[in-house]
Amino acid sequence: MTKVTPLDTAYDPHRPETAVLLEVRDLEVEFRMRSGTVKASNMVSYHVDKGETLAIVGESGSGKTVSAQAIMGIIDSPPGFVTGGEILFRGKDILQMEEKERREIRGDRISMIFQDALTALNPVFSVGWQIAEMFRKHRGMSKSDGYKRAIELMDLVKIPSASERVNAYPHEFSGGMRQRVMIAMALALDPDVLIADEPTTALDVTVQAQIMELLAELQQQTGMGLILITHDLGVVAEVADRVSVMYAAEVVENADIEELFVRPYHPYTEGLMRSLVRPDHKGGRLSPIKGSPPDLLAIPSGCPFHPRCDYAQDICRTDDPPLRVIEEGRTSACHFAEVFSDE
Amino acid sequence: MSEPILSVRDLVKHYPIRQGVFRRQVGSIKAVDGVSFDLMPGETLGLVGESGCGKSTVARTLLRLIEPTSGQALYKGTDIFSLGKGDMRELRQHIQIIFQDPYASLNPRITVGDIIAEPWSIHSDLLPKGKVGDQVRQLLELVGLNPNHVNRYPHQFSGGQRQRIGVARALALNPSIIICDEPVSALDVSVQAQVVNLLEDIQDEFNLSYIFIAHDLSVVRHISDRVAVMYLGKIVEEGVETDLYGNPSHPYTQALLSAVPVPDPGSEKKTRILLQGDVPSAANPPSGCHFRTRCWKAQDICAEVEPPLEQHFDTLAACHFAAPREVFAEG
Repeated sequence: MTKVTPLDTAYDPHRPETAVLLEVRDLEVEFRMRSGTVKASNMVSYHVDKGETLAIVGESGSGKTVSAQAIMGIIDSPPGFVTGGEILFRGKDILQMEEKERREIRGDRISMIFQDALTALNPVFSVGWQIAEMFRKHRGMSKSDGYKRAIELMDLVKIPSASERVNAYPHEFSGGMRQRVMIAMALALDPDVLIADEPTTALDVTVQAQIMELLAELQQQTGMGLILITHDLGVVAEVADRVSVMYAAEVVENADIEELFVRPYHPYTEGLMRSLVRPDHKGGRLSPIKGSPPDLLAIPSGCPFHPRCDYAQDICRTDDPPLRVIEEGRTSACHFAEVFSDE
Repeated sequence: MSEPILSVRDLVKHYPIRQGVFRRQVGSIKAVDGVSFDLMPGETLGLVGESGCGKSTVARTLLRLIEPTSGQALYKGTDIFSLGKGDMRELRQHIQIIFQDPYASLNPRITVGDIIAEPWSIHSDLLPKGKVGDQVRQLLELVGLNPNHVNRYPHQFSGGQRQRIGVARALALNPSIIICDEPVSALDVSVQAQVVNLLEDIQDEFNLSYIFIAHDLSVVRHISDRVAVMYLGKIVEEGVETDLYGNPSHPYTQALLSAVPVPDPGSEKKTRILLQGDVPSAANPPSGCHFRTRCWKAQDICAEVEPPLEQHFDTLAACHFAAPREVFAEG
């Protein structure tokens, strides 16, 4: 299972370097467990620019969250270890920084919201206290100034009657409102990059629409880069500028959103599209991908997708295809990217 | 037109709220508050709504996993809710259920073969013991699993395969209705599509009727012939799939559909309706029309008179100001 990703070819050379806020290069993360070593991130590379939304799409167990956890430094270690690659924030590798410098970036310049806002919030402190904590810890603000800013933020994320609810506890809020509190905390320090890990998966569809609308609005105001981690291609189609598709701990395809849906360059992406049901017309019988996603403890040889792939050849069973440029702004990790997508 | 196989009339399930030393009832949570619908043989009725709207409670009362407060459910003319224990057990062979969580709904300590054979040990008169093994293997094959895996335990299967086991168990007694309670919600997209196809295949093969409950409006559209939308314990709109998605008349349906993301970056929505606030508590629903507190069309009458579910344009809608509106652009 050798995989060589020639960096210079995996990247779009036409992309202006200046706009890049955050770039992950060849990130390798391992979890060393009793049952074996799991490679949860295998040469993962992506970048997000100012004001842009990058969606990282994958099914459960594809490793789509792991790289974000590595960025935030919240991988449980042990068993998890970052074993290779770079995480460049404005060109500087976070992984090589001193702890103090790193802390100034994580949580401050880059922040993250999670799927389950109820467990992410501390149940024994009021939401105002928790939002204000950001200002006290990172900005050295006084308690009362912190509270004032907390109320402003709760207004910003459209929590009704913020000044009354600032002293309420997480359990007194609905799921959607809790997610707004999370967003308020994440935006408190005006980050350059926001990572949203399945922010609406636990929410009802009307609330999801509210939250996605809010994120888009805030992004427009602040120009932050947004990394949206999700399994929902519908949400992706509505908000993302670019997409990285992950499968079995690898990025298998990068593309602009329109192009991805028109012509996927990886059979896995194509299979996902064929599995989609749509709300706007009924559609015929689905032709899903056969089998199920692999266990990261037992990733197939060669191309990890080959056992489920309709186009697999002998080479796919032996050689893991590197992520390579297919055309401007498009990369794919398929030996036959050009061939199959012509059919 | 043929007779409905199942007719539900004014189904109500209220949960008492008790307080104080004497556990006095101080109110009730109106989980299901007067739901009526018909299910035709071979038909799939989709039941959609957001969490807490009562859709799963409807499913469970139909099997009397939860006892209803009042109402009627006629299966081929017999009222399910008035049956005694023995008769109810007999009836359950005709109505089966598949649950959302394939991890929680299979006993982890017994083999897959025993799980699928369990219905026959309860209804022992239906199949001679000697034939059970063969039947189990046939069922496994039917749902796309390897019949040689009959001695494996649930944890040895993936989520999608476990859901197939659930389907096999539901099919064992040759039912005429299967209630599918969020059967694909816990599955990944690629696996979800496989299970949807499986459900469609066995429906054709055995002429099953489905009540398909889900919060995913796209999946419901794909699989359903008719769809009913629930909000706070009531059906607010019901119609044939094409009409309900194409020309919904109830404001809630319109808002709900407009919130569903379309997996097509090129498609433009005609309407984007963002609802304000959250669903009110079912313990204290708004007077009149339950939806009026979040409705942009609400007038005084909406607080005073509860709108009945009746024919407006293409669908049945419970709204004083029902008016059809296209939500999706022509696909």
